[in-house]
Amino acid sequence: MSSESIALTAAGAPSRPLSDLLYSWVTTVDHKRLGILYILYAISFLVIGGIEATIMRIQLIVPHNHFVSPQTFNRMFTMHGTTMIFFVAMPVLFGFGNYLIPLMIGARDMAFPRLNAWSFWLTAFGGLLLYFSFIGGNGLYGAGSAPDVGWFAYAPLTAKTFSIGHSTDFWTLGLLVSGFGSIGAAVNFVATIVCLRCPGMNFGKMPLLVWLNLVMGAMVLLVISPLTAAQVMLSLDRFLGAHFFDTQAGGSAVLWMHFFWIFGHPEVYVLVIPAFAFISEIVPVFSRKPIFGYPVMVAATVGIGFVSFGVWAHHMFTIGMNSYANSFFVITTMVVGVPTGIKIFNWLGTMWGGKLQFKTPMLFCIGFLFQFLIAGLTGIMLSAAPFDWQLGNSYFVVAHFHYVIVGGILFALFGAFYYWFPKMSGHLYNERLGKLHFWLFLLGFHLTFDFMHIPGILGMPRRIYTYEPGRGWDIWNFIVTVGVFFQAVAILIFVANLLFSMFKGKLAGNDPWDAWTLEWSTSSPPPEYNFARIPVVRSRRPLWDLKHPEDPDWRYE
Amino acid sequence: MSHRNFEKFANTRLGKVSARGASLLSVLIFSGCSCFAFAQASRVPDIFKPASTPAESIHRLSLFVLIITALIFVVVFSLLVYAVGKFRHRAPEDGREPPQVYGSNQMELAWTVVPVLIVLVLFFATARVIHSIQQAVRPPGTIEVTAIGHQFWWEFRYPALGVVTANELHIPVSDPAHRTPTFITLSSADTDHSFWVPQLAGKTDLIPNRINSIWMEPNETGMYVGQCAQYCGTQHAKMLLRIYVDSPEGFSKWIAAQKQVANPAGSVAAGRHIFEKTACINCHAVSGTVADGRFGPDLTHLMSRETIASGAASNTHENLKLWIHSPDSIKPGALMPAMNLNERDLEAVTAYLESLP
Repeated sequence: MSSESIALTAAGAPSRPLSDLLYSWVTTVDHKRLGILYILYAISFLVIGGIEATIMRIQLIVPHNHFVSPQTFNRMFTMHGTTMIFFVAMPVLFGFGNYLIPLMIGARDMAFPRLNAWSFWLTAFGGLLLYFSFIGGNGLYGAGSAPDVGWFAYAPLTAKTFSIGHSTDFWTLGLLVSGFGSIGAAVNFVATIVCLRCPGMNFGKMPLLVWLNLVMGAMVLLVISPLTAAQVMLSLDRFLGAHFFDTQAGGSAVLWMHFFWIFGHPEVYVLVIPAFAFISEIVPVFSRKPIFGYPVMVAATVGIGFVSFGVWAHHMFTIGMNSYANSFFVITTMVVGVPTGIKIFNWLGTMWGGKLQFKTPMLFCIGFLFQFLIAGLTGIMLSAAPFDWQLGNSYFVVAHFHYVIVGGILFALFGAFYYWFPKMSGHLYNERLGKLHFWLFLLGFHLTFDFMHIPGILGMPRRIYTYEPGRGWDIWNFIVTVGVFFQAVAILIFVANLLFSMFKGKLAGNDPWDAWTLEWSTSSPPPEYNFARIPVVRSRRPLWDLKHPEDPDWRYE
Repeated sequence: MSHRNFEKFANTRLGKVSARGASLLSVLIFSGCSCFAFAQASRVPDIFKPASTPAESIHRLSLFVLIITALIFVVVFSLLVYAVGKFRHRAPEDGREPPQVYGSNQMELAWTVVPVLIVLVLFFATARVIHSIQQAVRPPGTIEVTAIGHQFWWEFRYPALGVVTANELHIPVSDPAHRTPTFITLSSADTDHSFWVPQLAGKTDLIPNRINSIWMEPNETGMYVGQCAQYCGTQHAKMLLRIYVDSPEGFSKWIAAQKQVANPAGSVAAGRHIFEKTACINCHAVSGTVADGRFGPDLTHLMSRETIASGAASNTHENLKLWIHSPDSIKPGALMPAMNLNERDLEAVTAYLESLP
């Protein structure tokens, strides 16, 4: 193991012109640069998706508001959902995976660096295609538009009859193209983890983050296919007059639901498993203890991966499946709660008896644990099919999955941002601003998403651009909208903190957290080749072994 | 606990106390939504205020699920708070790492087995309610209704009674001695919709090329609001739904009135003439006249309804006139076109419509 570096370019070389710098980023095949490109791309879309959400919340702040037209509102929720899932969550998680996996397994790059670049640019192109619909959505028909079919685009709203122009086609093609990007990235994840681990790192000694990304990669390979198939069928319907989903010609609306959700539900775990991965790295370091129950954590993750392929129709409890089908999807969905619960208990077990340090990343992890617990419990409520007949498609569901995605995944991501920022940039972030970000965002999050459950219980369906006064929904919608502004300010602080620290932050050194995995053994930021000498490991915490030669981990594993 | 046992349990005194406890918990968890609902009239479609059989069995199940999830929450949350408070790192730094613990098989076994048991209990309680609702048999007094979803309104037909109406469904209250539940067959003329009146039953989707059904057996008269709960296009938000639960006599009276054929007075002949000579009749029907369109709501008994435009506006002279003149000003994106009538014709057609009983 080594922190020494090899000078590839002459020291003190004159700074290159901007065009060279740009060229080097566009043509890069370095996993770290591609990881950062994914992350920056995702942050820009996070801001766009956030603006779309804000527009919706302003429209809903009072009943019968006229801030935007119904057409605009419908486009906003379609674009918000599609953007956040496909062009924020997926790329940002691929970005962290790309950056961290080779560093954590002691490799010099991903298995297929060119495929890696190709995948990123496909994903990026997919997002641009989707947003081009604002300009080209109506093609020859006239002014611009964007898809307004909802992010799961139920048939037959996507049929030519109900969706004229090309906005739906841009949606279809955008997802199709970025889907190929996702498959490329997943192939790379799996191949890298299986083939490029450093000497001594067998499957039982990989950091949990690597294990969880392996599961995530394998799941992506399986789940993108039905989505791609569905998009191809939909395009055949729209361009060549096929009738898969065109109900007016005898097609099936339910077929689309099955195709979409057999992608859509495992997709939730594709997003949340990398979030689990961040928690599983950050919590041990700031508790000063190894992860509790490593083999069980791996088994629980693999278990979640398998079971998640058998739960998709819990999104379809209201479509009139028979009672046996409904019961089947109730039990499979509830069973997911078991491995998920095991994970929460193991994280608590990791904290138990430790010396907890409440640095910003740890605060976000604790926020994650609290919110993920609640998200899991509202998930149990929704899994009871009759309860879902009331709560499904209401604001309760909207609150539930935002609890998972914002309260869970985004909190874990913020933790990851702060935790690995010193490694990526070489500078420490500002702790005070980090904590301010945490508390403001926590406040905004709870104002918005706690109170969002209530109108759902009071019968408010999702995706309505306005609502009647006097149904008991007004005050809750008002509070929900107020929370949005706290979140927006917090995100601005976050971006400002990272930008400021990038240039003015204190130097981080190799290992600012006194951590234990291989990425902290090399310089910050790591050189292009990562490690001057390929490390050799004997345990899951190679840097612990190095720092505590008297009591190394490998004695116990 | 099987659901049958749970129901027994729910009827004991302890059960009632814990049910009340559960309500309280739900109130606490969801920050007093039920309390707020009290302040409003019954127009709040609160799922915790059921007034019909399937909504009530769902309500009982949801209280049971809420108790269990609340208990899990209290346990895990307390552990989290305890850990955060107790194991907080305190100065001065002694430079020593805490004891390195790698895991415990006994603990893992415990927090695997207990959740599995909880899942089994929840599953059996849930499956029982699913079956009791979905396998319900139709007693002899059942009212059969067909509901067809349209962009953006509801068509209701009573095939056995020969009545057609729109957006405002009338059904009888059910007396346990002479049960008169209503079974509704659901289908769609265009896109997906979902039929949801929270106080009466859970929601079920209306899907083209597919026949679904839903039933309700209300035990209190009154008006219950709901709306389309599956995004169906531009005006999904204003595809509102009302169910009037009438007394048995009230329901018979309503049916008898709906069966009468329109017999407009001579004073509105001008309006009728315009109505029948313009595109109105392509979409609307008025029984007993040449108007027999089916794309829009049946207008035979328009004045018996409290709202127009699928609940988007109350049924007043001004609103009706505005709706005919410019549907977009009430419901932008609705499929009814502006009729471009001059003021005199507009007034005449409105008068004709207002003569429909």
